[in-house]
Amino acid sequence: MSGVFYFISAVTVAGALAAVLLRNTIHCALALAVAFAGLALLFLSLDAQFVGFVQILVYIGAVVILVVFAILLTRDSEAPNQGVYSRTWLAGLVITAAVFAFLAWAVLASLPGLPRRAVAPAASVQDIGNALMTRYVLPLEIIAVLLTAATIGAVIVAMHEKARSK
Amino acid sequence: MTPLTAYLLVAALLFAIGLAGALTRRSAILVLIGIELMLNAANLNLIAFWRYGPHPEFLTGMMFAIFSIAVAAAEAAVGLGLVISIYRHTQTTDVDQITRMKG
Repeated sequence: MSGVFYFISAVTVAGALAAVLLRNTIHCALALAVAFAGLALLFLSLDAQFVGFVQILVYIGAVVILVVFAILLTRDSEAPNQGVYSRTWLAGLVITAAVFAFLAWAVLASLPGLPRRAVAPAASVQDIGNALMTRYVLPLEIIAVLLTAATIGAVIVAMHEKARSK
Repeated sequence: MTPLTAYLLVAALLFAIGLAGALTRRSAILVLIGIELMLNAANLNLIAFWRYGPHPEFLTGMMFAIFSIAVAAAEAAVGLGLVISIYRHTQTTDVDQITRMKG
């Protein structure tokens, strides 16, 4: 593995750790943007250009901005006086360690599985568009309906109560 | 270590970090951030298997990742809307204090 991969992985994991561990929620959201950017670079290093740029557009451009808006709307950025970790943090850490140990064991135990591929597969945006419009057209339509329904639902759920009680 | 193994290990680490965030933080927004990290770790797995799998020309893993990103965006919008709504009712986003449905 090249040094570029280790560098990107280190940045991504450090961003994710900061997003989970920092006290200030705004700092967590910014660290989350770093983690998402690192993941986009990992996608690019896997020759998935389209997914990498979609990751930047959707996650850094939309999801992180949504998170920041939610933090500002709920005044969540003030650090709480009784600590940022839940009462059941020890059980959570034990579950997390068990899950990671199992996943790492499963990955390492299945080492000689797939053949080593040196040649990058060709996946141009045109190929992806053709696949989306032919073989995957039904999932695409369902996703369109889901996104519309979710957006309308989010607006209705977050809408002010007084408008409804009139 | 093959490249696929390295990517899968990074994805497993990111998943564990996201799970730790979702399970140990008080703030509901941080729980959502942890869930987003877990979804992204799954996407990394899908792309890695697409890249090193036997039939990358079918684009299956990449399609899964694209649809997963779309579903994650919808999930983030609805989840954060729910957090704002809960905050309006209870004036808190602390998941330890939202115990109204506790039996």
